Amino acid sequence: MNHLSRFAPLLGLFAVYGLFAILGPDSFSSGRNLETIARQTAIVGTAALGMTLVIIAGGIDLSVGSIIALTTVTIAASLQADLSPPVAALIGILTGTLCGFVNGLIITRFRVVPFIVTLGTLLLVRGIAKGLASEQKIDAPLTYLIDLLAALPRDAWWIFPPGVWLLIILALLTGGFLAYTRPGKHIVAIGSNENTARLCGIRVEATKLLVYALAGTSAGIAGLLQFSRLTVGDPTVAVGLELDVIAAVVIGGGSLSGGEGSVLGSVVGALIMTVIRSGCSQMGLPNWVQEIVTGIIIVIAVAIDRLRHRER
Amino acid sequence: MSMPKHPRFAMRGIRKTFGATIALDNVDFAVSPGEIHALIGENGAGKSTLMKVLSGAVQPDAGEMNIDGSPFAPANPLQARQQGVAMIYQELSLAPHLTVAENILLGMEITRRGLLQKSDMHALVQNALTELDHADIAPFARVSTLTIAERQIVEIARALSVQCRVLVLDEPTSSLTRADVNRLFRVIQRLKARNLAIVYISHFLEEIKEIADQFTVLRDGKKAGSGLVAPTPIPDIVHLMVGRQIDDFFPRSNRTPGEPLLNLKDLAGDPHPHSASLVLHRGEVLGIGGLIGAGRTELLRALFGLDPIRKGNITFAHNTGRATPAQRLAQGMGLLSEDRKDEGLAQSMSLADNLTLSRLPRGLIFPKKLRAITRQWISRLDIRTSGPAQFIADLSGGNQQKVALARLLHHDVDCLLLDEPTRGIDIASKADIYHLIDQLATQGKAILLVSSYLPELLGICDRIAVMYRGRLGPARPVDQCSEHSLMLEATGQEVAQ
Repeated sequence: MNHLSRFAPLLGLFAVYGLFAILGPDSFSSGRNLETIARQTAIVGTAALGMTLVIIAGGIDLSVGSIIALTTVTIAASLQADLSPPVAALIGILTGTLCGFVNGLIITRFRVVPFIVTLGTLLLVRGIAKGLASEQKIDAPLTYLIDLLAALPRDAWWIFPPGVWLLIILALLTGGFLAYTRPGKHIVAIGSNENTARLCGIRVEATKLLVYALAGTSAGIAGLLQFSRLTVGDPTVAVGLELDVIAAVVIGGGSLSGGEGSVLGSVVGALIMTVIRSGCSQMGLPNWVQEIVTGIIIVIAVAIDRLRHRER
Repeated sequence: MSMPKHPRFAMRGIRKTFGATIALDNVDFAVSPGEIHALIGENGAGKSTLMKVLSGAVQPDAGEMNIDGSPFAPANPLQARQQGVAMIYQELSLAPHLTVAENILLGMEITRRGLLQKSDMHALVQNALTELDHADIAPFARVSTLTIAERQIVEIARALSVQCRVLVLDEPTSSLTRADVNRLFRVIQRLKARNLAIVYISHFLEEIKEIADQFTVLRDGKKAGSGLVAPTPIPDIVHLMVGRQIDDFFPRSNRTPGEPLLNLKDLAGDPHPHSASLVLHRGEVLGIGGLIGAGRTELLRALFGLDPIRKGNITFAHNTGRATPAQRLAQGMGLLSEDRKDEGLAQSMSLADNLTLSRLPRGLIFPKKLRAITRQWISRLDIRTSGPAQFIADLSGGNQQKVALARLLHHDVDCLLLDEPTRGIDIASKADIYHLIDQLATQGKAILLVSSYLPELLGICDRIAVMYRGRLGPARPVDQCSEHSLMLEATGQEVAQ
């Protein structure tokens, strides 16, 4: 059962993909479409890496969408100010880190529950983004940053655009961090049982701060990818995206009561949602069908999670 | 009370087993109307299981019950309540955000055309509280603004509002001041006059002498004795509670204590302990006896840095003052929690992860290495498991406890604070843990052992101190202690030397 539930998200992905491959048009199962699916998963998938850490630690981060928007704005503004592309990208990512750090600081210092804190920063960060951009899109000079998620890589041997490779590398790093380092194990322990973590001398507050800062960083990187797709800074982008990100983690086996979740699962969860979206639209199904199907998948994933817990 | 009455309720031949342990063995228990009956026993003697059977929370394996002559077999607590059995637990079960009246009439609100009739409800509740001699509690006050003593009265009022015939009070005075205790006793006397059958559970024998008519003592799930309270001296009751032989289940090697490792002076936490002083040497097992709620766990937690310290001095291995749990672990002190499930172990993590959690390597972790380390401890402590990757939740209580102990040993601490190390585990694991403690002390480790199980304290400790209501008594060599003297001290009696 344990192994089965571990691979349940992956099986789900194959099932959903197979279903559309049979029912949908031939174009759905083309290699080209696979590449599109990967490209469309990159933003949610990247943000889901940080969210996985947060949810494993027993928390939640609702401010992800707003952080992505603010990041696109700071990157565009930096490029406009004639900063070089790597510097602008770094500023964008660090904007995310800073937001996450503030989340963590409020959560650990004032002992407010993460849901409330990040609900607050969701509005706060969105407001800052709009203020910085004067409620308009910020145009940026065209640089190679916009090629990160370009549809056609310059060289065929790339297979995927650089943004997708970035997601793959970051996913491997995050997975390794969780399984093979001390802070990674501490994160799991805090989510599994905070009292045990304290008993074992784990610095619970410092670890949580790290988790939220990392979540902000991953939202910042997702923001960079978002900028690459938009080519402008847009303070109104990614509204509600945090729910997609949370859904990806939950579909991937993350438990909102903490202690459980996997990086591979979260990426697969994000893929499942893109596959549904892509499949439905290629079959000519309207938007509302996609939403119903995605909703059903989320409920099934959570039900599987509950069943597994009841077994213990 | 001259005429022999029919009992209000009677339990006959009640038997209940949990797995291999017999929690209740052929227990008879009956209480008459207008009688206050004290139910006495050590922790784990079966009192709470017996009351859970009465309240429908636990179904007995055998035996029968009746109330006022008619058969009584509640399938759940709600049914028992509807038939007039009310329990007042130590942890009160009121909704803190609702008012006194709303709590008392919860589920029985007075409505007219769907609207609450607040003034009628308040009047009704005011009457009920006046009858309980607590007219000073306002019906419209939020429960969260009340003292614990007042909440208890509200809870009693709620029980009475559903026509209760049997009232069970579980340790009602453990968190009350003396004045509140007196006032509660007057309320209980009024209830007695209303012909309720009252079961009074308490560790404080002097209070039982004061309030109860009859007593029943349980020991190891059996009825050890019963009788009238008034003519029975407290030491006789204590004898019934503990009358048990210590066998050689407890190893104690010949050892001489070394240098002092831990020194406490007038340690006070918030709110417990009030004052604790002790010196713990290397190669010594120092026991701390006392009742649940006396402040023993809080003492260990304060020492280890988990709970705040109000005042007092701690010196541990050349370190003075307070420290965080991480610092204590680094100094060589480890705590075994009394609560395996909610604190001691992370239930959803594997055995290997739990065992190595406090001492993970810096840099990269190689799971293979952790598993190899874990396998060593599995064989050294004879932990029954399918392997290091097994989830903690799937192990038996005894094996879980061994994992928690193994974590301290793997951390290689010098001083082990063990809080109820053998609570709720099987006999074989108990014996293993006693041998391990003996071995560790012989190797020169210092062990501070909190236990509610007197034979265990007397069996494995070198010295024993008793805590009573937050104060730690002097540590006496074990040959100057007996179950009798420990129980007297734990219940606040003077100990004759």
